[in-house]
Amino acid sequence: MATQQTRSLARFMMAPSVILLFVWMIVPLLFTLWFSFQQYNPLNPMRDGFVGFSNYALFYSNPAFLYSILNTLIIVVSVLVITVVGGILLAMLLDQPIWGQGIVRILVISPFFVMPPVAALVWKNMIMHPQYGVFADIARFFGAQPIDWFGQHPLTAVILIVAWQWLPFATLILLTSLQSLDGEQKEAAEMDGAGFLSRFWYLTLPHMSRAITVVILIQTIFLLSIYAEILVTTNGGPGYASTNLPFLVYQKALLEFKIGQASAGGVIAVILANIVAFFAMRAVGKNLDK
Amino acid sequence: MARAVTTQHKTIATAAAWVVALLIFFPILYTIITSFKSEQEAIQGFNLIPSGTFESYSEVQQQSGYFKFFFNSVLLSVGSTILALIVAIPAAWSMAFSPTKRTKDILMWMLSTKMMPAVAVLFPIYLIFRDSGLLDSRIGLTVMLMLINLPIVVWMLYTYFREIPGEILEAARMDGASLWNEIIYVLTPMAVPGIASTMLLNIILAWNEAFWTIRLTTTNAAPLTAFISSFSSPQGLFWAKLSAASTLAIAPILIMGWFSQKQLVRGLTFGAVK
Amino acid sequence: MKLRTLTLGLLSASALAFAAHAESITIATVNNGDMVRMQKLTDDFTKANPDIQLNWVTLEENVLRERVTTDIATKGGQYDVMTIGTYEVPIWAKQSWLLPLDKLGDDYDVKDIIPAIAGGLSVDGKLYAAPFYGESSFVMYRKDLMEKAGLKMPDAPTWEFIKQAADKMTDRANGVNGVCLRGKAGWGENMAFLTAMSNSFGARWFDENWKPQFDQPEWKNTLQFYVDLMKADGPEGASSNGFNENLALFQQGKCGMWIDATVAASFVSDPKASQVADKVGYALAPDNGLGKRGNWLWAWSLAIPAGTQKADAAEKFVSWATSKHYAELVASKEGWANVPPGTRSSLYANPEYQKAAPFAKMTLDSINAADPTHPTVKPVPYVGVQFVAIPEFQGLGTTVGQLFSAALAGQSSVDDALKQAQDAATAAMTEGGYIK
Repeated sequence: MATQQTRSLARFMMAPSVILLFVWMIVPLLFTLWFSFQQYNPLNPMRDGFVGFSNYALFYSNPAFLYSILNTLIIVVSVLVITVVGGILLAMLLDQPIWGQGIVRILVISPFFVMPPVAALVWKNMIMHPQYGVFADIARFFGAQPIDWFGQHPLTAVILIVAWQWLPFATLILLTSLQSLDGEQKEAAEMDGAGFLSRFWYLTLPHMSRAITVVILIQTIFLLSIYAEILVTTNGGPGYASTNLPFLVYQKALLEFKIGQASAGGVIAVILANIVAFFAMRAVGKNLDK
Repeated sequence: MARAVTTQHKTIATAAAWVVALLIFFPILYTIITSFKSEQEAIQGFNLIPSGTFESYSEVQQQSGYFKFFFNSVLLSVGSTILALIVAIPAAWSMAFSPTKRTKDILMWMLSTKMMPAVAVLFPIYLIFRDSGLLDSRIGLTVMLMLINLPIVVWMLYTYFREIPGEILEAARMDGASLWNEIIYVLTPMAVPGIASTMLLNIILAWNEAFWTIRLTTTNAAPLTAFISSFSSPQGLFWAKLSAASTLAIAPILIMGWFSQKQLVRGLTFGAVK
Repeated sequence: MKLRTLTLGLLSASALAFAAHAESITIATVNNGDMVRMQKLTDDFTKANPDIQLNWVTLEENVLRERVTTDIATKGGQYDVMTIGTYEVPIWAKQSWLLPLDKLGDDYDVKDIIPAIAGGLSVDGKLYAAPFYGESSFVMYRKDLMEKAGLKMPDAPTWEFIKQAADKMTDRANGVNGVCLRGKAGWGENMAFLTAMSNSFGARWFDENWKPQFDQPEWKNTLQFYVDLMKADGPEGASSNGFNENLALFQQGKCGMWIDATVAASFVSDPKASQVADKVGYALAPDNGLGKRGNWLWAWSLAIPAGTQKADAAEKFVSWATSKHYAELVASKEGWANVPPGTRSSLYANPEYQKAAPFAKMTLDSINAADPTHPTVKPVPYVGVQFVAIPEFQGLGTTVGQLFSAALAGQSSVDDALKQAQDAATAAMTEGGYIK
């Protein structure tokens, strides 16, 4: 009886969130599905109408499509690797007793507060610009040819910028997790004569595993939809070298105004995200249950 | 002996940490420095000491009027966060204290709503906003930002609430506390830190949201993300002005972040620490 | 309690937005120097029209285009005046999205608008947008470096001469690049330049049956010449340089020549912003002896969307911003050199302007040399010099721009880029129903 009451109360309390999110999910999804079977181009309305799967076929046959899938995955995986590995190293460094810990932590955390377009603009114009950027200044100082980041290594440049934005996030979560590691345990391991590496491998890393999965889960969701950084810096190019799936959808929707194809791309993006998430979440789900 | 090693160790660790921290912070620092340079200075190679002119700031202010955008940013980020908390707290509370088999699935499903690329649904949303007269309205955008961040809010609160020991609740119930008393006197004090950090994180996320805030606004509701868009690549030399505008756009949230760093860090754990 | 106050605060704050007394019109504009100046001078307008309040939305070009197109295509009604270009005007006017401008006032003198520009903004003889500034493209070069190279720039150079001069002027050890050209991908960036350039090589986007022509030797010659020239004499990172980047380079003295918009002349000759202000010479865009030069035609113009509720106030503003009076206003406040160029014949007849702007004659000649209806040597089914005035062009032009930008960056060969461009164009034309 009591449980019955609690349960219905629980349902009642969850209702607003669930209903809101359900509407927020289903309405756009239905619209997108609907449009994905329509030719809908507000710039050229003459040919609008039901077109079956041809939007999907067109999106798929776009030469940029395969690049975009590949680039999406490359961006997600590279940024995850950089931020997780970098985050672990940084967290371990910041976990040491150091002078000025508070300030150091503030400095490290700062990039997380910078809005993506600003981050991209700053990196593009102040840091990586082959004429005026700091990297170019450094290269010239050593007598080297400045690197043309966005022309020669566009995807690497985008990955670097995005990794810079997300490194603080990973570092902070991992650091918090590290700080909760039992000091006695550490000392005991030290007493046993366990070397640094084996301590890291058998004690620290397992302890952080849960934090690592959280980092991976949250970042994956955000990284799958990266597009502002690309728009500001490389515009997807040169060629299709830095076009990822959200950017391709962006091009279809807001440059070509082929809403039908953009919607088909959106549906494909959702499917891809779910495939990626399926693996990520299964791993995370296990870890979260602990 | 031991102490000597510690000091040496600490010195090395300090040096390493500071170097890394400064490297990470450098792009922001350099932007701030450049904002105090003249346009000519800004492109004359690497230089950490600006002439200290406020030229760019006054020009940026004259051209765009910072405070209108700033006010909207504050209103939208704080408003959407409060709305999200109102909706999310009961949900997270019930998930944490009366979990069912499906709780995990619901949480994961909520997160998955963030996977639709925003741009794919721009047109439908734009049409809906147009028909309900919500284009360029602060209310429309507040609700929008709330929906975008709701999954994260629910999840953060859930992980927080879950760490509140259930026995305390039972004890309170035994004492005959009503549900509301239970919430107000027992839970709230324990949940406040979690709510605070959730709030901070979401203000940051909403402040930095740069797709919908540009596409669904024109003048009345336009926040700092739109402000930045008018400086991104104008004609002529723009490095110093861009730096000034960037500094203005990120400064408030940066300062807030610095001051609330400790609370924020606790919230960022997402229940990852146990 | 607290919550309620906050909610109330929120509600009242948004109510405030609706409580404006005067009629307010919202103007979407691009963040170019001339527009920013206009914003600063609006006191003159509001003094004469105290019942009209102006709201500005200033955005970067791409975002602006995206915003106004979305809004007008969905009839969102967010803007009363839109800043658009010669590409959009004919397409939008045909969709009946724009109001014809027939109430610009008695002293507006529509006939004074330079015919080439007015033609690009009219459909069926009706003006659908008023030009705020117009531009063609021409060669800007450093007289001192040209002299050092032992050459003399003719008024109407050939591409061969440009190549020869660029080779001689390039001095990378001292940071001087012989020539700076657009490389950043985009239909309004590198493709504006390359399409105009291709006209002088006799190339065209489509034949009379809308069959793409990237597989023809004319395009191969164009792209190969461009890539070779830039490799030998262009700046670092050219594939991400657009108008602004090149302007900064030229102002810093890092370019021997720069072929770009005529409006750039007032920036490179401004001693406050340019280190080479007193050393700049001008010449017509190059040709290949085929009868067409590689210069374009563009006008940033003010148009009124058909959905506005405030057409009268909007038209008053458009009339003010593009009037002779506005030109005089700018001249009195900031000097004749800063008057928005390229729209009115009377400006070029004005001796004071001629004196203040040494590039005046060359600008006018360039504008008059562009013919949007016969852009290239062979006949074409489209209108537009550096663009093709069909809705599909934005997307297609940018895709092709990406491919050519990759060729410039050395990420693909010229032949590959052209082949991919041909495929992309064929697909787009088939999809759009142009090729049956």
